[in-house]
Amino acid sequence: MSIKRSAAIVGVAEHELEKGKVPGGKTVLQMQATVAKRALEEAGLTKDDVDGLFVAGSWGLPGVGSMPSVTMAEYLGIRPRYTDSTNIGGSSFEAHVGHAAAAIQAGFCEVALILYGSTQRSNRSRNLSKGRPSEYTAQFESIWGMPAPVGAYAMAAQRHMHEYGTTSGQLAEIAVSTRKWAKLNPKAMYREEITVDDVLESPWICEPLHLLDCCLVTDGAGAVVIASAERVRDCRTKPVWILGHGEAHTHTLISSMPDLTVTTAKESGQRAFEMAGVTHDDIDLVQIYDSFTITVLITLESLGFCKPGEGGDFVANGRTAPGGDFPMNTNGGGLSYAHPGMYGIFLLIEAVQQLRGECGERQVPDAKLALVNGTGGVLSSTATCILGRD
Amino acid sequence: MQQYEKPLPLIDSDTRYFWEQCKQKRLVIQKCMKCKKHIFYPRSICPHCMSDDMEWVESSGRGKIYSYTVAHRAGGLGFQEDVPYVVALIELDEGVRMMSTIVDCDRSELKCDLPVEVVFDPVTPDITLPKFRLSR
Repeated sequence: MSIKRSAAIVGVAEHELEKGKVPGGKTVLQMQATVAKRALEEAGLTKDDVDGLFVAGSWGLPGVGSMPSVTMAEYLGIRPRYTDSTNIGGSSFEAHVGHAAAAIQAGFCEVALILYGSTQRSNRSRNLSKGRPSEYTAQFESIWGMPAPVGAYAMAAQRHMHEYGTTSGQLAEIAVSTRKWAKLNPKAMYREEITVDDVLESPWICEPLHLLDCCLVTDGAGAVVIASAERVRDCRTKPVWILGHGEAHTHTLISSMPDLTVTTAKESGQRAFEMAGVTHDDIDLVQIYDSFTITVLITLESLGFCKPGEGGDFVANGRTAPGGDFPMNTNGGGLSYAHPGMYGIFLLIEAVQQLRGECGERQVPDAKLALVNGTGGVLSSTATCILGRD
Repeated sequence: MQQYEKPLPLIDSDTRYFWEQCKQKRLVIQKCMKCKKHIFYPRSICPHCMSDDMEWVESSGRGKIYSYTVAHRAGGLGFQEDVPYVVALIELDEGVRMMSTIVDCDRSELKCDLPVEVVFDPVTPDITLPKFRLSR
């Protein structure tokens, strides 16, 4: 079963931020409304064209946020005939792309809107010291005070270093290259260049991860509009086709992760490549969820861009930086552009803008084919999308 | 005894026996009577074969450090005064993994795959936590 070219992304929008916060004290609902309106207008569509709605979020809990697609449909006056509040963490939106394309191919909807918003920085709600309730399966982890999620990623880094000799300097290289992209993106929160030593000298958060190995904590909102192949013809934008998709997950507790050095990107990526009928060498740019530097390194290996244990060498010498031969996280990523809790929708937005050739100084020349991989939870879930222009 | 400020497990019917046995200084895990695999955390169905024929067995209490981190930020209420502190994933000799901490150690001597053994810490009259120390 394939969804190849059954649908295309025809509109994207991201909310502007000032020092990582939404200007004007907007609510998370207002932010999502703003980006929904912009993404639809860009496509030349209206809210009445939307018949599929996909929303994940961590706002309004407990309360209206427990049914985010239902609440956003009400707020926006949308009456979907296909609805999806799937939340598998930061990779939810890459999953939504596949779900939307499948629903469109099956005839359940024609125009899908994917939404995300967060005011976690303005709210100061991202507080590690609160911990998580020690109920159900979490009773075996919350009691130990592991800072979540960073402690879990630190354990993955520690194991990767033990098995393969990966170094903190190699992880730092990812943060340094990503910052070089942020320097070219006026919307990025941090734009001053950093060095490997800056990363290594930044404070420990959870050993072996330093502060500059970790993503930002910002507000943010994003929207993605997907249309059926027929409806694409009515849209104003150049279509970015959904060519391949895969998703998978293994655990919510880090103690249940089968192997701390491999994520399910191995499976979701393989399925996406097979569906798209392309190989690693065909890909012009990648957007890889960078919650932490180690997330990127493990994901590149799991996707098969290099062999297990070779990630450190793969990213060396600024290979993923502007001018390198492996353009990655070209907006500055979660490490330097923005990271509003569940970052995955911004991976899609940047890939689409690159494939449409709209990225100015940071444009990857002649980009035709992009791979996007989202990771959610504590390396828990992944979803991979391969996107291409005509 | 000082007030224990850290989170405690919210015990349920899957987990009650495990915590009761910790209090008796016994580390127990489940074994599936059909596929013979060991299981942790405790649950009502074997995640390998979906059998519901599970028995409790006593673990050797020995294993190795699969991985660990030293936390320099508190990861929950009550941990602020402990910073920096160790959180570890222990792989027991029976093949299952559990989260815990390593006590009585010099943090600089920690490494993945070092052998460890369980020690029991009665943190409240009701709850005893299984912690680990490096094997001598």
